[in-house]
Amino acid sequence: MEQPSPTLWTKKDLIGIRELNRSEIECILDTAPQFLAVSQRASGIKKVPLLQGRLVVNWFHEPSTRTRTSFELAAKRLSADTLSMTASSSSHVKGETLHDTLANIEAMRSDIIVLRHSCAGAPHMLAADHSSHIINAGDGRHEHPTQALLDAFTMREARRKISGNPVATLDGAKVALIGDVEHSRVARSNIFALTRLGAHVTVCGPVALLPSQVEKLGVHSTTRLEEALSDADFIYALRIQKERQGSGLFPSIREYVKLFRIDRDSLRFAPDHALVLHPGPINRDLELSTEVADGSRSLVLRQVTNGVAIRMAVMHLLANSRTRQ
Amino acid sequence: MSRETDVETTILMDADAMAATLNSMALAVVNGNPDLGSLALLGILRRGEPLAIRIAGLIEKATGIAPPVGALSTTLYRDDLHAGSAVDVTSRSGETYFDFSLEGRTVLLVDDVLSAGRTIRAAMGEIMDYGRPRRIQLACLVDRGGRELPIQADYLGYSVETTEEEWVSVRLREVDGEDLVLVHKRSSERNL
Repeated sequence: MEQPSPTLWTKKDLIGIRELNRSEIECILDTAPQFLAVSQRASGIKKVPLLQGRLVVNWFHEPSTRTRTSFELAAKRLSADTLSMTASSSSHVKGETLHDTLANIEAMRSDIIVLRHSCAGAPHMLAADHSSHIINAGDGRHEHPTQALLDAFTMREARRKISGNPVATLDGAKVALIGDVEHSRVARSNIFALTRLGAHVTVCGPVALLPSQVEKLGVHSTTRLEEALSDADFIYALRIQKERQGSGLFPSIREYVKLFRIDRDSLRFAPDHALVLHPGPINRDLELSTEVADGSRSLVLRQVTNGVAIRMAVMHLLANSRTRQ
Repeated sequence: MSRETDVETTILMDADAMAATLNSMALAVVNGNPDLGSLALLGILRRGEPLAIRIAGLIEKATGIAPPVGALSTTLYRDDLHAGSAVDVTSRSGETYFDFSLEGRTVLLVDDVLSAGRTIRAAMGEIMDYGRPRRIQLACLVDRGGRELPIQADYLGYSVETTEEEWVSVRLREVDGEDLVLVHKRSSERNL
């Protein structure tokens, strides 16, 4: 009997997109649609029993509402038991090391740890020494892999819908990442994911917010918004962290708004079919105008919907695959 | 799977035999369901779905009533995933799809090969998550034995008891370009 060769997921953890090849990224993207359907069931129970009896610990050392909620919902829709820990409630404040805290969680038989931490590399460090599956939910300026996966999924989904081709890929798609690329783990993970999926990426922002030598990651770089948007299929507005104002990295919010905000005026530089994404939470009318964020070209809420499905796919693949440790 | 040279293949059913078998299964379904209006078919992906479409077509031909047909992917309800089985867990081989309510329905599950019964158990678990049908029936083209759960087909095309060295493959024109049921036997020679 001819069997399609099964896609085997072999990684124990999801630390970054950088460690994934194209077929691994596509394996995650291709596993997500069935979970989208679970969340959208018109009748009956909006969950599946794939992680029944398993424990997912959401361990967030940085404030996060949307990512934590999304992971928690994903775990619940897979029928897992969930536990939430935040930095303020953990013994971290009493001086316990990350290793010790995790060893204690594991002594209670955790299966998946979702970790958000301000230190780049924290998930990587823990993954090596612990048997739980670690999912990086954002570590410092390093990576935010599930965000990039849900972004790529959302772009691919839009492309498939528009082209009418149910197996369309992101090959040749043009994506403009606008804003604070330098400090953004979302931008980093997206650059890895999108370039590996065959998209052409342009990064654009004030010169002090563009990493030096960013071209080495296979992207084009410019400080002119008009140039970045001129052939973009997708425009990704990155979040500007207001607290960075006054750090000398960009002169003023007003100047940023004038030069880089995605709004009706700047969208005139872009093709008519260009769609807009944002990782949230939006600083309304700073990096993205309210009109565009809530308009027909915005994929922002679709990103949120898809985020749950992508996180379900990641947890399922990590916990239910034969892993090579 | 073994190399081709190690495998002995015999034809259990050719295209004509399959057509006749499906026709008699469809007629048995009609006889078993006086209330045909409440019948809906769910074909288990991948080869159960085309079979369900064919059986529904034969029911319509015989009675004028066209029962609705949907597809069921049991991937998310399998009981062997945690064991690290080599299963394609992506959505590539198809997703569950049906656009009718299950409440009060007679759901006819359709699959190509019945063996351990675990796929059928998974399918029933999934159906119950979508709603509460009045009853669930099962139609399978081939029963190859080897049951691990107390599950039997209500409508069966052909029954063949296989050994551990044998397996059955169903080839359908919608998926494989031809209608055939084959029994493969791993030759014991290579063990000598």
